Amino acid sequence: MNKYITAYYNDEEDLLKGLKQIKSKGVEVADVLSPFPVHGLDKALGMKRSRLTRVAFTGGAIGAMIGFGFQAWVFTQAYPLNFGGKPFLAVPSFIPVTFEMAVLFAAFSMVFAFLIHNKLGPGAAAVIHDERITDDRFLLVVKVADDENTHTIEEVLNEAGAHGITLKKKN
Amino acid sequence: MENLTFTLKKKTVTIFLIMIAVGVLSLAFGFFGGIEGKRVAANLLLNIYYFLSMGLIGLFFVTVHTIAESGWQTSVQRVGEAMSMFIPVGGILLVLFFVLGGLHSIYPWTHSDHLDAILLKKVAYLNEPFFYIRLVVFLGVWVLLAYYVRKTSLALDVKGDLKYFSKMRTLSAIFIVTYAITSVVSSWDWLMSLDPHWFSTLYGWYVFSSMLASGFAMLILILYLLKRMGYMQHVNDEHMHDLGKYLFGFSIFWAYLWFSQYMLIWYANIPEETVYFYVRHKYFSDVFYINLILNFVVPFLLLMTRKSKRIFGMLVPVSIIVIIGHWFDLYMMIMPGAVGGEASGFGIVEIGLTIGFLGLFGLITFRALTKAPLAPKNHPYFKESLDYHTHY
Repeated sequence: MNKYITAYYNDEEDLLKGLKQIKSKGVEVADVLSPFPVHGLDKALGMKRSRLTRVAFTGGAIGAMIGFGFQAWVFTQAYPLNFGGKPFLAVPSFIPVTFEMAVLFAAFSMVFAFLIHNKLGPGAAAVIHDERITDDRFLLVVKVADDENTHTIEEVLNEAGAHGITLKKKN
Repeated sequence: MENLTFTLKKKTVTIFLIMIAVGVLSLAFGFFGGIEGKRVAANLLLNIYYFLSMGLIGLFFVTVHTIAESGWQTSVQRVGEAMSMFIPVGGILLVLFFVLGGLHSIYPWTHSDHLDAILLKKVAYLNEPFFYIRLVVFLGVWVLLAYYVRKTSLALDVKGDLKYFSKMRTLSAIFIVTYAITSVVSSWDWLMSLDPHWFSTLYGWYVFSSMLASGFAMLILILYLLKRMGYMQHVNDEHMHDLGKYLFGFSIFWAYLWFSQYMLIWYANIPEETVYFYVRHKYFSDVFYINLILNFVVPFLLLMTRKSKRIFGMLVPVSIIVIIGHWFDLYMMIMPGAVGGEASGFGIVEIGLTIGFLGLFGLITFRALTKAPLAPKNHPYFKESLDYHTHY
């Protein structure tokens, strides 16, 4: 069983200030759910840069290789055709398809990597911590270990000006 | 407090003057050392065009960001303006080059008594009076707008009145519209007409993309030199990152246009079109592939990651490679038509003249930088530029 505490702010400036204060007290904030991207939030949370770019590069490289390899195989081995006296392995004419395959694979690999990593997608259960985070509230989530004292954390959050501090349990 | 007034050291000026002297000496060597006149003329055209286009990209950089009201560029705006101060010098050199025999030396369509059937059809456009009219109009518009943009920008800095900012927007809009047309038509006039039988509808934008990539590479290089001398400390990694993105993006854009032109000609295989690449394959096969590697493969692979765009250790070598690469790109456009496959080569004239023009460009640009504070403090977007963050 996982326990976590949620609390919210009404304003992003208060949120950033509060986050600093909470961090200085040694409480780790796992995530912030906000209705819009907040400048400097990634840095305040100490988040690492997304590794999605590497997925994109790998996907793109695989796509390019498949695209080029398949055309090379078709036009030299499987079904060689003579187009206007061009060589069978006519590299310039393969480039557009190779490029498109690279883009397609890069895009799809990013989408699927994002969905899998965030456990999203069709049929995924939606967790709604606070209905107003889609409107005007900034919710922060603090993970709590089973044996940890929640009172000290709640106190820190309260001191930092967070509202609606609630302890939640996930089965 | 940061030092905003750039003072040019005597040592730097001496280096530039030595470079110019090298250029003058190799020009003299070209004239008296038994080098074919066409080759010297083609080299002069190459270098004048190359550095003139870098000046134009400096102006393009300033105007396009003024019209888009993008905040981040304000901190590096002075470098673009300083580069644009080469336009009058390059323009005068280009006019002198054409008037003093360059036009007759390398442009086949100027020999009006030996025109063949194809060229006779093009006489309405390719004739000397009209050529000179276009030359004067293009250069006149560019020089005037460069002068007024610079003047307005300095007035904005001194007086801080926002009416100068709106005046600058008007001037920028005029420049962008006229430059969209003149950059394309001037590339037909000065480069494509070296092979007057051949034509490509994509040529103007292909040349323009080459200018963009090399212009931004030069901008990064000048910024690096300024930072190394201890100036421009308000320019941070975020601005470098965006300039790096420009270099990366326009290198890909260049490759896209290069390939679009090449593949259509290769696939259609029509003799009057393939003749362009036939000569380049036959006599310049090394340069043909070097061009692609330096201008596409190197910047594409080396500038792909976020980190490489944010460190000078990667950005500066790639900029230098791209500047060299696009010199070879222009070489590929000019030499086969102007000099021919057998007579052209790569030697003292090519290297020396380029060094000379680089020195002249550096001298003019750095001189212009001394004349105004390096940070446009009264620009309405200056603070936004300092606070700027780029994420990807």
